[in-house]
Amino acid sequence: MAYIPVEEGVPGIRSLFKFSPETGKPLCELAEILLRGPSPLSSAERELIAAYVSHRNACTFCRNSHAAAARCHFGDDKKIVDDLLFEDRDLLLSKKMKALLVLAGKVQQGGISVGVEDIASAREAGAGDTDIHDTVLIAASFSMFNRYVDGLAAFTPQEENAYLEMGKRMSEKGYHL
Amino acid sequence: MAYIDLQNDLPGIRGPMVYRPETGAALNELAEILLHDENNTLSRGDREMIGAYVSSLNDCFFCENVHSAMAQHYYQCDTPFIDEVKTDFTSADISDKLKSLLAIAGSVQLGGKQVTETQIDRAKTLGATDREIHDTVLIAAAFCMFNRYVDGLNTWAPQDMQVYIDRAAMRAEDGYSQSGLVK
Repeated sequence: MAYIPVEEGVPGIRSLFKFSPETGKPLCELAEILLRGPSPLSSAERELIAAYVSHRNACTFCRNSHAAAARCHFGDDKKIVDDLLFEDRDLLLSKKMKALLVLAGKVQQGGISVGVEDIASAREAGAGDTDIHDTVLIAASFSMFNRYVDGLAAFTPQEENAYLEMGKRMSEKGYHL
Repeated sequence: MAYIDLQNDLPGIRGPMVYRPETGAALNELAEILLHDENNTLSRGDREMIGAYVSSLNDCFFCENVHSAMAQHYYQCDTPFIDEVKTDFTSADISDKLKSLLAIAGSVQLGGKQVTETQIDRAKTLGATDREIHDTVLIAAAFCMFNRYVDGLNTWAPQDMQVYIDRAAMRAEDGYSQSGLVK
């Protein structure tokens, strides 16, 4: 049960948005711009970074929901998501995405863990300034979202099916209060 | 030097916020509500102190100094007092309630799942409201983002501590809504 009185049955971060719509508004705006706004990275790639960071932070709710959204975006290539998260395989990913995921993993550990060599590898693989910026901020923001959800023990549905509908809605309609 | 060409020479988080104003606006709005909004039972000083404490745990020089100076401004105290809270809040001269909230913030910094029911119960026993617990967790979580944004892009930070102290009064006056979005 959540540590604060949130509406029962409302899953994860949505229950916290309902408890505090004032903070929910900029948080939704941030997610909408970062994951669905203009970017050299596709929404599929950005949702994958979000799911990957959440996975590393052991945040089941964010991991499952953003993995579900990433699968919707990837369509026929959705195997990419499960390969990365559950099989530790990245064979189908572009060289650039592999390097950006390493960078995201460093950000997840901590900002000062990022080294010049991580940036150099990303650039060598074709990443530009905006790719790097967006990757760092997505990884940083999920280091927040994950802590917000688990730090207040928000409700995390256990059955995989609960996330199918969520992923569909996130990929089609995006992030709004 | 920053890892990417930010096209401006603003310090710390202000650099990438101006580089990407769309996300910058959302980040400022979040900071404004969490730290500066008057409609909150936690004082601005306490909220800035939580931000400074988490930034010190994350070893983020820029955020730690900005928000330490902000807390110092609101508390009307000296720098050693702020340093003492960051180094060992358990023995600092602050309320037991704030100590219980800093303990929660410290756990959030380690990871969301590190927060324990015992910590929450303790804060509630000492008078913390649900809203205050919510805000403490979100402030701590938000600084885990801000800190990573600032250091993950290797932004530059003024080394002269006085710069942070001097800016605090103005920032307290203006709030965060527009900070950094104007070159």
